[in-house]
Amino acid sequence: MEALFLARLQFALTSVFHFFFVPLTLGLSIFVAIMETAYVKTGNEMYKRLTKFWGNIFLINFAVGVVTGIVMEFQFGLNWSEYSRFVGDIFGVPLAIEALLAFFLESTFLGIWVFGWDRLSKKLHATTIWIVAIASNLSALWILVANSFMQSPVGYRLTEDGSRAEMTDFWALLFNPHVWVQFPHVIAGGITTGAFLVIAISTFHLARNKGNNEPFKKSLRYGAVYAFVGTILVTLAGHTQMQDLLRTQPMKVAAAEALWETENPASFSLFTIGNEEELRDVFSIRIPGLLSFLAFNSFEGEVKGIKDLQAEYEITYGPGNYIPPIAISYWSFRLMVGAGTLMLIIASLTLLYVIRNNYAFPRWVEKLLLWSFLFPYLANSTGWILAEIGRQPWIVFGLLRTEDAVTPASVVSSSEVMFSMIVFVLIYSALTLADIYLIKKSAVAGLPSLETTEGRI
Amino acid sequence: MMDLETLQTIWFVLVAVLFTGFFFLEGFDYGVGILLPFLGKDDRDRRTVINTIGPFWDGNEVWLITAGGAMFAAFPHWYATLFSGFYLALILMLVALIIRGVAFEFRSKSDNPTWRNLWDWGIFFGSAVPALLWGIALANIIRGVPIDRNMNYVGGFLDLLNPYALICGIASFSIFTLHGSVFLTLKTKDALHERAMSFAKKCWAPATLLSFAFTVYTFLETDLFARLGINPGIVPVFSVVALASVIVLLQNNASGWAFAMTGAAIAFSTITIFLGLFPRVMVSSLDPEWTLTIYNASSSAYTLSIMSIVALIFVPIVLIYQAWTYWIFRKRLGTDSELEY
Repeated sequence: MEALFLARLQFALTSVFHFFFVPLTLGLSIFVAIMETAYVKTGNEMYKRLTKFWGNIFLINFAVGVVTGIVMEFQFGLNWSEYSRFVGDIFGVPLAIEALLAFFLESTFLGIWVFGWDRLSKKLHATTIWIVAIASNLSALWILVANSFMQSPVGYRLTEDGSRAEMTDFWALLFNPHVWVQFPHVIAGGITTGAFLVIAISTFHLARNKGNNEPFKKSLRYGAVYAFVGTILVTLAGHTQMQDLLRTQPMKVAAAEALWETENPASFSLFTIGNEEELRDVFSIRIPGLLSFLAFNSFEGEVKGIKDLQAEYEITYGPGNYIPPIAISYWSFRLMVGAGTLMLIIASLTLLYVIRNNYAFPRWVEKLLLWSFLFPYLANSTGWILAEIGRQPWIVFGLLRTEDAVTPASVVSSSEVMFSMIVFVLIYSALTLADIYLIKKSAVAGLPSLETTEGRI
Repeated sequence: MMDLETLQTIWFVLVAVLFTGFFFLEGFDYGVGILLPFLGKDDRDRRTVINTIGPFWDGNEVWLITAGGAMFAAFPHWYATLFSGFYLALILMLVALIIRGVAFEFRSKSDNPTWRNLWDWGIFFGSAVPALLWGIALANIIRGVPIDRNMNYVGGFLDLLNPYALICGIASFSIFTLHGSVFLTLKTKDALHERAMSFAKKCWAPATLLSFAFTVYTFLETDLFARLGINPGIVPVFSVVALASVIVLLQNNASGWAFAMTGAAIAFSTITIFLGLFPRVMVSSLDPEWTLTIYNASSSAYTLSIMSIVALIFVPIVLIYQAWTYWIFRKRLGTDSELEY
């Protein structure tokens, strides 16, 4: 297999793996901070135990998120050296700032939080977890500033020989509109991921104790509100992001919709089996006008189709194939939106139960809540797959093609890439198994006792 | 706005500072990780050993992440050539760092002795491999590696494992181990303290000898000393004096000073290497013309200015809160200490 394909596959695998852990870090850190704040405000020991319980799960997950993140930071140099040379002037900046502003803060204060229970005052200790939570989410901001440059490059110029892109306006990079539609979506996705894990684990304990478990009733109440807020925000943010994409990357929207021809009003596909070679439907169920409505909040409006966009891009960028893999884009989008809709329904349902103080769930609700934590993972992964696959053939939209970004085969051979990929897949799989095992173990064990530290050291 | 050349120099210095900070700080927690299975006789010992670096190691590691980010932003060609060129070595380093990072977190989550032992050796592996590889990487950077006219590394993995680089690797491994053992004498009490002290004293001679061998070899193998001149200045000399003083300080039970001196030896050696390198960042063994320097590998003046402002504001802040961490957890740990978490 050629090095380009392997390098892409490696990036896809390592980033999806990484983003398995990141959203939970984002969402659960805030949740743990809320629990500890409740402890400081009320002085109720139950909240301290809840803080430690959710904090423990947070820590297990955090560790894997961090180590898989180190691989991401260095992978650009390892497998994408031409990319690094081309955009380093711009892309390196948010990465460096992320480390300096966010990651330092996150790691240092997490160390204080974990080991500082008896060294700091209650308030100061609660402040450290808030710093961790804010820094984690700030971390995401800078990474998305970097990613947004790939999606919608701004604030740059090309050098005269065209070999490098150089930054001309840092603020344009930071206030890239793409950042500010993508960041809320990712943060809300994190909140949703954390919330559904809280819902699932709380439901587990409530089911085990036939609904009589005060701490987990509390967890579920907080979790339900958190999930409701998260799913509403993620939907709104996602909607805004899609509208922004029509401006920056209409091809991605067309691919996600399998919209071959330009339509006005444009229909929304519920289910399409297409022929990617001939760019046509084999079978399709569509809702007339809905895509225009989603795109422009009105039942009229032109949404460009794949064929027209291809023709436009050939004029702008020269001959070539500018169509991303359609089936993957289309189905990732369906899965993400489908999972999102389901989560919105489940969050509302849970909220209805806890508002009425009813924890005696029917069997099917219990089952649904127990497994609900899987939906965010599905949506998170498919969301990123759409974001990255839908941008192809570009690595930096309109500026650099993925095939021109890879490390030359004379420097890193395909067998070396294959080797490193096998190594990463093996280690990551082992880590994921260990992570699931440990989170399950902690989750099942229930609230830690505060009297003794024995057994946890 | 400052001129490009000044900015390039500033960023060379900043990258050097980040690596120096990284080796000083992560150096001792690599050392502690290497010694963990040997100095920790039972589970409580080992937990104590881990807790001496528990609150710090993650923050220390961020020095590396930041150094990597700074290289990427300020000298993209350096980042690209180094990481793609030293591919397999760096993959090995990443594997070690992955295992190390999760091992600290995972080991205590189960009581099963086999589980704990497995992760303790994971901490050892994850600390020993980078301790060795950093020496190997640095040695190759100053000795020179085959880099072609397009700034691409054209050698193989085995080219990195030359005798000079291996000596440097073993020397960095031994210095970090010494640094770690001295740190343990500073942070532990009773039997553990005794063991750490006796190990540090035994470790000093080989570590010093290896560093000496590395220095001589550097004289023969590289142009480092030729570039530094007959009077190399205070920096390398101080590095030697610092290392030599460690044994005296240990014999007088002055752990704090001994730790400062192993740290100084590491810091001043790193600075010496960067001084000898300047203004080059990766030496080409094929043609001096193809060497990467701060001038041909850097980002634009605009990017470097932006980064300078960010660094000027945030590096001091980071230093303050990291120093605060060390202040909070300044107490010595004994196996009878409250091992919260």
